[in-house]
Amino acid sequence: MNEHLLSMHDVTAEDVIRILDTAESFREVGTRVIKKVPALRGRTVVNLFYENSTRTRISFELAAKRLSADVINFSSGGSSVSKGESLKDTALTLQAMGADAIVIRHSSSGSPFQLTKWVRGHVLNAGDGTHEHPTQALLDLYTMRERLGRLEGLRVAIVGDVLHSRVARSLSFGLVKMGADVTLAGPATLIPPDAPAWGVEVSHDVDEVLPKLDVCYLLRVQTERQRLEYFPSVREYARLFGLSRARVDLLPEGSLIMHPGPMNRGVEIDSDVADLPQSVIEDQVTNGIAVRMALLYLLLGGRGDAGEEGSGG
Amino acid sequence: MASPQLLFRGARVVDPPGGHDAVADVHVRDGLVAALGPGLDAASAEVLDCDGLVLAPGLVDMHTHLREPGFEHKETVETGTRAAAVGGYTAVAPMANTDPVADDASVVAEVRSAAARAELADVFPVGAITRGLEGEVLAEIGEMVHAGVRVFSDDGRCVPEARTLRNALTYARAFDEVVIAEHCEEASLSVGQQMHEGITSYSLGLAGQPAASEDAIVFRDIEMARLTGGRLHVCHLSSARSVDLVRRAKADGLRVTAEVTPHHLVFTDEDLRTYDTNRKVNPPLRSVEDREALRAGLADGTIDAIATDHAPHSVEEKEAEFDRAPHGTIGLETALGAVLAELVEPGIVPLARALEALAVAPARIVGAREHGGPIEPGSPANLVVFDPAQRWVVEPPFVSRSRNSAFLGRELVGRVVHTVYRGVLTVSEGKATR
Repeated sequence: MNEHLLSMHDVTAEDVIRILDTAESFREVGTRVIKKVPALRGRTVVNLFYENSTRTRISFELAAKRLSADVINFSSGGSSVSKGESLKDTALTLQAMGADAIVIRHSSSGSPFQLTKWVRGHVLNAGDGTHEHPTQALLDLYTMRERLGRLEGLRVAIVGDVLHSRVARSLSFGLVKMGADVTLAGPATLIPPDAPAWGVEVSHDVDEVLPKLDVCYLLRVQTERQRLEYFPSVREYARLFGLSRARVDLLPEGSLIMHPGPMNRGVEIDSDVADLPQSVIEDQVTNGIAVRMALLYLLLGGRGDAGEEGSGG
Repeated sequence: MASPQLLFRGARVVDPPGGHDAVADVHVRDGLVAALGPGLDAASAEVLDCDGLVLAPGLVDMHTHLREPGFEHKETVETGTRAAAVGGYTAVAPMANTDPVADDASVVAEVRSAAARAELADVFPVGAITRGLEGEVLAEIGEMVHAGVRVFSDDGRCVPEARTLRNALTYARAFDEVVIAEHCEEASLSVGQQMHEGITSYSLGLAGQPAASEDAIVFRDIEMARLTGGRLHVCHLSSARSVDLVRRAKADGLRVTAEVTPHHLVFTDEDLRTYDTNRKVNPPLRSVEDREALRAGLADGTIDAIATDHAPHSVEEKEAEFDRAPHGTIGLETALGAVLAELVEPGIVPLARALEALAVAPARIVGAREHGGPIEPGSPANLVVFDPAQRWVVEPPFVSRSRNSAFLGRELVGRVVHTVYRGVLTVSEGKATR
């Protein structure tokens, strides 16, 4: 595996299988009374979060702690980050403190990539601007494989604001890599016109797409004013693209409904749809910890079978 | 004080205006070319062996940012003209987006006197089209013309309204040979733009600017030139459609000229995959098709000049997140090497055409009568001597005060050996002399 995880382009299909298999063995750790293995004892993981994201930060924090790593949280607000220190200087400081891995979340696309030029440690992209969010994609792949038994040939639609979604990019690249059939669906203003070059299909009619799916993956709709230039109203969006109860009936039996969270209930997903049995949104959260454990373990050079090492401790 | 006489022995003299390309000696005395021909004898002259070297008119950069006054931490007139000399230039035209803006004769005079003190190159300040570059009220164009300004531009920004540009083109007609140089960018299609819009921007998650942002304004401006009969120069062309628009405007007989930068001739949007902020420029590096069209436009003369758009920025500003770093690359020290490596050596553009675009055409457009050749007895000795075969890798230190070069780490071909400014070596054996 590559020494960093910046983009889904950094991992091969074999890497993905290895990550998911490793995550599977860590999944069991989360079910124990003492949810901890000594795999990364003495290693330091820094969570460098320039963007508020309690969910992702806690998921990474739990993952590192369950591997017995020392965890430092650096968040914007209350640290040098908010005192105008540059990203480079912050990175050099963290390196001087002996960070083995830096997990970075940043509103600027490409900042994890830039970080690798300034520090020696491993860099994990926890979401950068409108670029990528590879750990989210991997936990989604994990959830799909766990529920449906395979990735190859799966028919997946990613519905919503693909243009600004780092999740949509990473998940598309990951699914295409694993041989799934991906359709990006949403208003024409929110789908990159050149998207077919990624090996995906594009549709602006969800009702036509839904009957052919194994997975309907909904993206969060940004309802801030600056996004509203892309579609006339939230109401029209919900009517044309929202997953309503009636639209769920168009989905084949056994198909999954997924969402990276946090949801806008009543916009991209109806409130009662989110709570249906085929909705696996909570599984995604749980699996996120195991997948991030696997990534930290593999990147930081954990050896041997994760489960064995875990039980050996 | 009389400067020492110089005798350039056995150079390949390439002088596009004189139609000259042959080995000869060139004798320089009292700031002028004294003689040109084989086997010259000048006993009291310093003899410089030019075997294998090209001697040509000194290069002229019609689009430079010297940053003085106001941004001296990035560049000054002195450091910028020294970088120019090392790059083979004998004249540069610094843009008006300084602080204060060069929108009246006093700022122009300040820049000129700094240049006179440095004595490294002739400096032809560009005046602002609108007061404060704010795009509304015309700057005192007439005052600046009387102070010697010939080119006006709000570069860095586009004149937002067609009506304002129309008035500038019309007003400038009262003055001989005055040029309105436009930075063509439709602002509403450029909000927050980080790079060219296309599959690469979508993949990198960086806000894009479509080529149509440039094309729409190039079209608008050409129509304003048609309407007014004014003289329009299109700065830093970057898109294939815009090249075509300029080609048609010229075919229609309009008074339109255009420039292209070395970085747009070399790089494409694909070169941003490493989020190298030194390649974040405006207009952005575009697609391969656009780059090919720029090369073709340069070769066939649609594009008159190669201009660097030398845009120095401090290390702190450039070593930032991509969307926070300012646009721009330095270019004075790498332009010749980039053009020789990427266009002349592969046979896309002949050497004489490249030198015409680097020296002759820009001298004509900015009215630098003592530059751009011809090289003949009695003409001012503003010359460059370079080794057309020497390969070198771009790396710091730079002579410029900044080092934000898009070409860092790249191998170029052709290195400046001597630069002669008003008969004096400003660069000798590749090193600045003053």
